[in-house]
Amino acid sequence: MSAVPTSSPLQARRHRLRGRLGDLGLHGLTLAAALACLVLVGAIVWKILALSGDSFDRFGLGFVTGRAWDPVKHVFGALPFIYGTAVSSLVALVLATPLAIAIGLYLSELAPRGVRGIVGSLVELLAAIPSVVLGLWGILVLGPFLAHHVEPSLHSALGFIPLFGDPQQTGQGLFTAAVILTIMIVPIVASISRELFLGVPRELEEGALALGATRWEMVRGVILPATRSGVAAAVILGLGRAVGEAIAVTQVIGGGTRIGWSLFPPADTLASKIASNYQGAGSGLEISSLLYLAAILLVLGLIANLVAQVIVRRFDPLRGARS
Amino acid sequence: MNRDRRRRIVNRTMEAVATVAAIVAIAVLAIVVISVAKRGAGAIGWDFFTKPQALFGQPGGGIANALVGTALLVVMACAMALPVGVLTAVYLTEFAPRRLAVPIQVVIDVLAGLPTIVIGIFVYALLVIGHTQSGIAGAFALAIIMLPLVARATQEVLLLVPSTLREASLALGVRRWRTVLGVILPSSVGGILTGTVLAVARAAGETAPLLFTSSIFANSVQTDVTKALPNIPVLIFTYSEQPDPALHEQAWAAALVLMAFVLVASLAAKALLARSRRKLVG
Repeated sequence: MSAVPTSSPLQARRHRLRGRLGDLGLHGLTLAAALACLVLVGAIVWKILALSGDSFDRFGLGFVTGRAWDPVKHVFGALPFIYGTAVSSLVALVLATPLAIAIGLYLSELAPRGVRGIVGSLVELLAAIPSVVLGLWGILVLGPFLAHHVEPSLHSALGFIPLFGDPQQTGQGLFTAAVILTIMIVPIVASISRELFLGVPRELEEGALALGATRWEMVRGVILPATRSGVAAAVILGLGRAVGEAIAVTQVIGGGTRIGWSLFPPADTLASKIASNYQGAGSGLEISSLLYLAAILLVLGLIANLVAQVIVRRFDPLRGARS
Repeated sequence: MNRDRRRRIVNRTMEAVATVAAIVAIAVLAIVVISVAKRGAGAIGWDFFTKPQALFGQPGGGIANALVGTALLVVMACAMALPVGVLTAVYLTEFAPRRLAVPIQVVIDVLAGLPTIVIGIFVYALLVIGHTQSGIAGAFALAIIMLPLVARATQEVLLLVPSTLREASLALGVRRWRTVLGVILPSSVGGILTGTVLAVARAAGETAPLLFTSSIFANSVQTDVTKALPNIPVLIFTYSEQPDPALHEQAWAAALVLMAFVLVASLAAKALLARSRRKLVG
């Protein structure tokens, strides 16, 4: 330390030099770590795009609309998996969003003091359950339950809507996948929403209540409008998670290339198609096509992520100020 | 009068809906935990933890090989992710000019949001194609998942360190690097530890990054990290895809072990975080 008295100018200079070197060293070391993160993301993008090149050269953008996945004839297309991804994630989002917002509101506005922390932690624990465990439960417990109880009643009550076609025997299908995805994204969206709702200034809430609004009117008139963009970002993050989830979906979705209206039959998502080929693909072209699927997934994931970040940083004064 | 009554009823209904939503979430958690515990408890015993997987088609066996493998994978992943994550966080909070801090922050958030299967297939493309699956590749994939979690947790706790502490140290003429290493990091050890525990809990349960990097493994205890290491998530995944009920029972038991570990670790991390935050903020 330079506060220590030094005996000679030479020693002092050496001391200063060491201090400067230390500063430079730590700065350089931490900078290197930060740059490593940048390089890592760059490498992920580059490597996946590079290895999907063979398939891209062969099928071009037509890959996205190709309906066949035939390793024997060397014809590959992504449409059935894009369909599976879109349907399962959207259904999950439709189920999860209102549920998650309601939970966020309960935790931030309604829950009694003693209960709040406990319920909040339990909801977060739901997010901590490993997806492979949830998938195991999905394939052996939830799937059969949906197939034998929920799907038949949905079919008989709402069968005139083509979404609710004939129930399945095994319970493996898009609908089961969507329910599992719902369970996975509810806690994520709920805990972000809770934070947003808690961030709404107290004066605004109390002002509304003082004007005679009921609690629900206060929520609708003050809290939801003030946090709209943040909640939208949370939902997009949830969507990104649902689109990218591989394991639990692979376990419960059954697999297949069917495209149709009904939610119940088996299908595949982009992620589950990649995951179910883990024991090795036949040809180089098939591997390249799997990487093409991964590239699509990567692009979708990046878009969801960046859009959510832009919303959070730009349009949400509550969080923008903090970051 | 009538309108007031309607408003009250709407209000009551909405409150009830929100409460029911919270109950549903907790009920789902309870149902999953209870059904895993009920189905898994039967197979758990001394043998389950000490014997490796049975050969194909034979009864009995345990998960000893997968336990050892998962422990090795997670330890290696930690060794890779911790230094990079902590140093990145230090750079962001202590050194980075705004111009650089923003893109790095964005990249870390992007990394946290990437589909895990994409990370798995990236490592497959990088380290497995042309070689074989290996524990190192699996650990590297897990490390990529842990990295943003560690970095974020560290960053959060570094920002909590009171600036008076930093300024006091600098005012005494202490060099910046010694301030960081001697004052700031030690006072945020608790938070870094919490982040690490959370990241470990997450990594221990991840399957997707391991499917392409460490999934085709032996039935025996394996400590050679240049070969694929057996691990619990992949074991559960492959057993769950089999039709054999005996394998399902093993999968439930392994799931119970994994879930118990993850839930206990998450709760412990939460408790730790609350403590270290109280200490810092006072």
